[in-house]
Amino acid sequence: MNPTTHAIRVGLSRGWIEFTNSLRSPQDIGFYVFVALGTLLYLFLNRHDDWSGLPYPSVVLPSILGALIAFGAYIGPMYSLAIEREDGTLLRAKAVPGGMTGYVAGQALFQCLGALPLLVVIVVPSLFLFEVLAERGTVAWLIVIGIAALGLLAVLPIGMIVGSLIKGPNKIGTWGMLPMIVMFGTSGIFYPVQELWGWVQAIVQVLPVYWLGLGMRSALLPADAAAAELGGSWRIWEMVGVLGLWAVVGLVIAPVVLRRVARRLSGSAVEAGRHEAMQRLQ
Amino acid sequence: MTHAGEDTVIDVRDLRMTYGTNEVLAGVDFSARRGEVLVLLGPNGAGKTTTIEILEGFRKRSAGQVSVLGVDPVMGGEGWRARTGVVLQSWRDHARWKVRTLLANLGRYYEPYSTPKRSRPYDVDKLIEMVGLNEQATAKISTLSGGQRRRLDVAIGIVGRPELLFLDEPTAGFDPHARREFHDLVHRLSDLEETTILLTTHDLDEAEKLADRVLILAGGRIVADGSADELTRNVTREAQVRWSRNGQRYVHATADATTFVRELFAQHGDEIADLEIQRATLEDTYMAMVHRHESGHPDDAADAFVSLEASDR
Repeated sequence: MNPTTHAIRVGLSRGWIEFTNSLRSPQDIGFYVFVALGTLLYLFLNRHDDWSGLPYPSVVLPSILGALIAFGAYIGPMYSLAIEREDGTLLRAKAVPGGMTGYVAGQALFQCLGALPLLVVIVVPSLFLFEVLAERGTVAWLIVIGIAALGLLAVLPIGMIVGSLIKGPNKIGTWGMLPMIVMFGTSGIFYPVQELWGWVQAIVQVLPVYWLGLGMRSALLPADAAAAELGGSWRIWEMVGVLGLWAVVGLVIAPVVLRRVARRLSGSAVEAGRHEAMQRLQ
Repeated sequence: MTHAGEDTVIDVRDLRMTYGTNEVLAGVDFSARRGEVLVLLGPNGAGKTTTIEILEGFRKRSAGQVSVLGVDPVMGGEGWRARTGVVLQSWRDHARWKVRTLLANLGRYYEPYSTPKRSRPYDVDKLIEMVGLNEQATAKISTLSGGQRRRLDVAIGIVGRPELLFLDEPTAGFDPHARREFHDLVHRLSDLEETTILLTTHDLDEAEKLADRVLILAGGRIVADGSADELTRNVTREAQVRWSRNGQRYVHATADATTFVRELFAQHGDEIADLEIQRATLEDTYMAMVHRHESGHPDDAADAFVSLEASDR
């Protein structure tokens, strides 16, 4: 039995257990429901608006799906890493053979699975509330899943890298949320990206969030809605290219950064983190 | 005693560790043989944890030679890792997991490293029984008490049936009962499994009970290395004899308590009551060693025990 593939297998079952633990956690369920209700309420209140000739919810929902996937894939591993480095989870992984490999595999699976409940609690009610979405067929939803997977691969490593670099969970607000809010605000989710300044448009098109939203719209909107996009097209290849590039670069860099973090782990480092956290609580 | 051979599990020579300008370890030497239980004592800040972390491969040393299971820990791969066990001072990790689920999952990492001589990992249920967590097997880890949590840490440390086990203050927070059970477990591991154990503690009574050999680390060096018995005898061979006669209490310090007591009885016979002979404890020794070191005569302290290195253990 190959030790590395074995470690990955054990790590995947670890990820699955994390996922089932999460489904039993009132906190996590509360988070899903809160986000879903917020999203649905926002769409419902704006249901009579119109976006380039289409009902507002049907255009915005795909974008929001894309953004939520990006959000979860960015914040999720960041939180996990920042917390689990401090509470000793990562050190435990380091103390067993193949543990770090397993940890990363588990995290990847857990964060991917973690996107599912969020999608379900938003998409299922939407099908009943907003007619346009219900007209889309199975193929469209399969494409949604495909793009979601690609988007996760593109964003997960970024979350892992940032999570490895920030010191402690209390820094997540600064380094995690701020960039995310800026990215969300400018990614053409709440209003068309064309209305922003040119240089902002340029930056937005380098980041994965915009492309995830575009991909979701391309799957869920009628073909002629492409006219409302930049360049009047869904730019499928560009989307796959940009997301793919992020995924490849991230998957190359993330292990290097994680190894660096792992090297520095020790019992006394965890103890110091615990000490700091205790002081925060006081 | 520091001859690296087949049975040498740990061999440390002239280990040095410097943080900035602060020299924490200033040339540490010791070794451990298979199945030995080594207890590392020393005041806070003496470098016990640093030493253990270097041996665990979690920390890079500044200088010196270290061999653990025949490998330099810095180079230790996953195969080497599988032969060691580390009991961490855990805190709140895996709070949402259940005891059994976590042990089973962590245990699986050791499967590729199972050998005919040493099958890995332990059977989870047996392990849970060994550490006395039967009733908590399906409990969420966040619901465990401090002592139960610590027992889980020990279980995780030995789930891969390590040949060498590191324990950094394993019994902190244990009640007397849990402590006794833990001691039994340590004996069982070293006797039946031939597990070499290196542990740190502040509990000198515990050190006396568990240690085949005690190391005292002070001022960045090992200032004492020998069995608890050897150490105490080396600091003082005198015993305190207490008795009472006609309601009066007496104390006498003597190097030969047996002869003294025999003479005492020959002289006073039945009048002697409340007889008590007390030898120096490891605690006395420890205090004397650390005091000698801290009062600025560290070399005296170290020299006093050089002879122990060659003693006939």
